[in-house]
Amino acid sequence: MAEISWPWQYNFPPFFTIQPHTETKAKQLEAWEQLIAEYMKTTKQSTLDIRESQNSPLFSNASINRKLSQESILTILEDMAKTGRAAPVDKSKNVWEVYWHSLDEWGNMVYTWACNNGMNNSVCTLFELREGDNTADEEFHGLDMNVLIKALKTLELKGRCELMEFDDNQGVKFF
Amino acid sequence: MDRFEYIEARLFDGENYLKRDKNVKIYDGDDKTQYVDGEVVLTTHRILWGKPGDIPKGLVCLSLHLYYVFCIEEESGGVFGLGGPKRIILHLGPALPGKRPGPAVVSPYHFIKLSFKDGIDQTFYKALNDAVTAKAWERSTPIASPISTRSLTSGNAKPSVAPVNSKLRFGIVGIERSIEEQHRATDESITVAFKDLTKLMEKAKDMVAISKNISTKIRDKQGDISEDDTVRFKSYLMSLGIDDPVTRDTFRSDSEYYLGLAQQISDMMVAVLMDCGGIMSLADVWCRVNRARGLELISPEDLLNACKLLQRIDAPMSLRKFPSGACVLQLNSNRDEEIARTTSDLLEENGSLTPVTLSQIANVSVLLARERLFATERLGLACRDESIEGLAFYPNLFLKETS
Repeated sequence: MAEISWPWQYNFPPFFTIQPHTETKAKQLEAWEQLIAEYMKTTKQSTLDIRESQNSPLFSNASINRKLSQESILTILEDMAKTGRAAPVDKSKNVWEVYWHSLDEWGNMVYTWACNNGMNNSVCTLFELREGDNTADEEFHGLDMNVLIKALKTLELKGRCELMEFDDNQGVKFF
Repeated sequence: MDRFEYIEARLFDGENYLKRDKNVKIYDGDDKTQYVDGEVVLTTHRILWGKPGDIPKGLVCLSLHLYYVFCIEEESGGVFGLGGPKRIILHLGPALPGKRPGPAVVSPYHFIKLSFKDGIDQTFYKALNDAVTAKAWERSTPIASPISTRSLTSGNAKPSVAPVNSKLRFGIVGIERSIEEQHRATDESITVAFKDLTKLMEKAKDMVAISKNISTKIRDKQGDISEDDTVRFKSYLMSLGIDDPVTRDTFRSDSEYYLGLAQQISDMMVAVLMDCGGIMSLADVWCRVNRARGLELISPEDLLNACKLLQRIDAPMSLRKFPSGACVLQLNSNRDEEIARTTSDLLEENGSLTPVTLSQIANVSVLLARERLFATERLGLACRDESIEGLAFYPNLFLKETS
């Protein structure tokens, strides 16, 4: 697992209490959101289960004996959802997808890659996009399948690509 | 009624005539008796009742020894409350053995009433009271038989033991009498005690006047005593008493009273508040104010009402209710910004603060320390840390680091 660069806030006890003061709270949430995105990116994770994540080092700093409560995690994720950087997967809002890039950004990233590699008007499988040698240097390499599909769907809406189903595989055609 | 005796109307040795009244009816407890329109003679030892003219002739009459009487009261006016009291109620102790035969052998009542047709003669009532309290029969030597030599009744002249009995206490009767006496003593001591308290209240104002006097004298002699001493002594006196406490009865309406009270509170609390860092919880204020008032105490409600008017009289302080519900008296110069600034300085110094540690550092109550921290937080100069260890506050690095 790659080394995570913890921000200074991580060792600041009040960071683990959602602040009532509006301005302070805004700054605090911002810091948390950055940290969560950073953490997910570094660990290459896209989904986060609130019920389990409380014990992950992300939300629990053993050295200062502070833990972020589940409600607080929810507050932060809901705030992230407002800016499109996270989305609940289930209705009870226990499992979340976290996008360290927004879906739009992901889509654009994939499209740029496709253009640069002359993939226009050709079809490639999603497996290729995620695991292929060609994308090894790209950020979306190894991206969660669900997130990738969602990203491509935003692209599809713009008319830049089309998702298609094969027998047991999915592919995408770029325009 | 069973305490009465038949006896010829003669005085005993050492017994003196005190007072007489006419048209007197006797009630046995609440019941009427056949003894109406008689004449009553009060002596130092007894009450005699006889048909008009019987007593001066020395004929047989009814006699009641005053030592039976342990309580006298005037019955309040009749059904219509007109014409003042007409009856005296005499509460009686139990009949003693060796009593002469009387008009009744037993009676369900332990009191009789003397009903005066023409209303109670206050001098008679007073004389009766005095005679009962004087207890002349106890002073007469116990050996002296109450049966007077002048008394011509020889046949059944067995010596009455009554006066002796009031000294020697035999059996249940004796116990009962001693209990009665104890009651009377307690009653008296309570009366005396309350008299003292009233006197103390009266004196309080004088005492304050004296303390004022002393302070003026000290001012005159400033040459001899150093300025510092004068000031200190005067401050003692000041904290000892307000020389003219605002009391409710000097004002016609509540609102005027509260205004007066507010003025006084603001006058006396300015110095105190300055000493205490400009802010004080209302409970503490109440204690200080009442301590200064001495005896004319005010209720917490009065204080609250008065404090609400502080703004109206342009006092240099105001009542403040924190969002948590805590009420404080605060100097107007002591604004939130000021508090927040000093508190945030303290936060910087200490790294973090809990209400308890702040209360120790700033020498204020924990409640106020909490409020200070909250105020600081509201202004964005502190941030909170809620953990299992409790609530603590830190300098607001969130806003500081990025700006």
